[in-house]
Amino acid sequence: MSTLRSWREIPLGGVAFRLSTDVKTGDWRALRPVIDQNKCTKCLICWLFCPDMSIIWDGEKVSVNYDYCKGCGICAHECPVKAISMVPEVGE
Amino acid sequence: MVVVKTLPEIPVKKGEPPYKIWIFEPGEKKELPLIFNLRQLAEQRRPALLPGHRMCAGCAAPIVVKLASFAFRGPTIVVNATGCLEVSTTIYPYTSWAVPWIHNAFENAAATAGGIEAAIKAMKKTGRLKYDHVDVVVFAGDGGTYDIGFQALSGMAERGHDVLYILYDNEAYMNTGIQRSGGTPKYAWTTTSPVGSVLPGKGESKKPIAEIMVAHRIPYVATATPAHWMDFMKKVRKGIEVNGPAFIHALSSCDRGWRHEESISIEILRRAVDTCYFPLWEWTPETGYVLTDRSLVIARNPSLKQPIEKFVEVQGRFRHLLRPENKELLKQLQEYVDAMWEDLLKRASNAPR
Ligand SMILES: Cc1ncc(C[n+]2csc(CCOP(=O)(O)OP(=O)(O)O)c2C)c(N)n1
Ligand code: SF4
Ligand code: SF4
Ligand code: SF4
Ligand SMILES: [Mg+2]
Repeated sequence: MSTLRSWREIPLGGVAFRLSTDVKTGDWRALRPVIDQNKCTKCLICWLFCPDMSIIWDGEKVSVNYDYCKGCGICAHECPVKAISMVPEVGE
Repeated sequence: MVVVKTLPEIPVKKGEPPYKIWIFEPGEKKELPLIFNLRQLAEQRRPALLPGHRMCAGCAAPIVVKLASFAFRGPTIVVNATGCLEVSTTIYPYTSWAVPWIHNAFENAAATAGGIEAAIKAMKKTGRLKYDHVDVVVFAGDGGTYDIGFQALSGMAERGHDVLYILYDNEAYMNTGIQRSGGTPKYAWTTTSPVGSVLPGKGESKKPIAEIMVAHRIPYVATATPAHWMDFMKKVRKGIEVNGPAFIHALSSCDRGWRHEESISIEILRRAVDTCYFPLWEWTPETGYVLTDRSLVIARNPSLKQPIEKFVEVQGRFRHLLRPENKELLKQLQEYVDAMWEDLLKRASNAPR
């Protein structure tokens, strides 16, 4: 910046204009939730509590969106029938 | 020219795609129903928060927002105080908010919300509002509520703005590195209430913020946790529906600051209620204090009340309380929780006598 701007000249505010869905937080993950479809009762408790909106219900089955899942394990801990196991991610 | 990407496409056979920006047609009159059937909820509603936010893995704050947004009744403007939620959901140029959202400063979220509500009212009066109702909901942390944002909150309540203020209380200033706040409980470790040979963590008790809001005699005050999700959603809807200010104190675990396993964020909040560390209640000027959900169950069957160890033992910030030499401190904490619970039982109109 060459000259200092006065308070009348600085912008009124900043506008965030891109969606955070462009940011794939899945690469934070150390543990991967894996759903045993045979055990899953489709109760959707995991969907309800996932802090990263990463459990997907397609009307037929429950799956994980690994693009965003950070591997916190809340879904596995809360699953009433223990259908989700957390397995270590192995590097690519 | 910046290319703004759209939402990711994920094949969903039934119902709506998993992520959606909330758009309401002008003139929209109908209210979104409150849905408690999870299949229906998953098929018909989308949270106000999108993935890709940078809250820590296992943080409960996004769950607070997600569940609250399932109880929104229509067009809603969210106001956010500075804090983890605000910083991590709006890292420039990205936003995780699927609804209109504003951040102003740390100390003035309630004043900002009051201003928005006044503008909505004025636009409605002069026929310039495109919607039947536009709700204003604040999300603010404990630092932004108990301490620095308190005068703005108190003023908003006193002026009677029709705003729902949701405090997500993680019991410290987490975003700046775990400093103690007015919401930090006694004996909790934080970086500014350290544990060592001189101090046993914070020396002062948690400020009773929800009771202070009751003392403002606003139309609705409640406590909640995302673990008790139906109770929480009902309270959010009530807080939005009442005419005037409403305040919800939601406990929100922070695995970084509370020093607990990421996977037990919801479990811990359940324990907070089971031990009566954080009782669930609501208050209106007409009904007074009313116990809800698990806390009502415990009031009716006191044998279900768990010892405070159950809450403390899974958190590193209280680890020192489990050492034999600190038995007395743990006993004091138990006595404090018991006294607060007994006091609430005396006030609650639906507690058994
Ligand atoms: C006026 C002002 N003072 C200090 C800060 C620095 N600051 C940013 S976030 C934060 C902590 C917020 O704590 P809290 O409200 O409890 O929210 P949390 O981060 O714990 O969710 C602080 C002190 C600021 N942004 N503005
Ligand atoms: S919580 Fe468990 S049983 Fe329920 S839908 Fe999820 S994986 Fe299936
Ligand atoms: S591990 Fe955490 S982020 Fe991943 S799907 Fe389960 S609850 Fe969601
Ligand atoms: S520091 Fe705590 S409150 Fe902040 S994002 Fe991490 S877990 Fe959540
Ligand atoms: Mg905080």
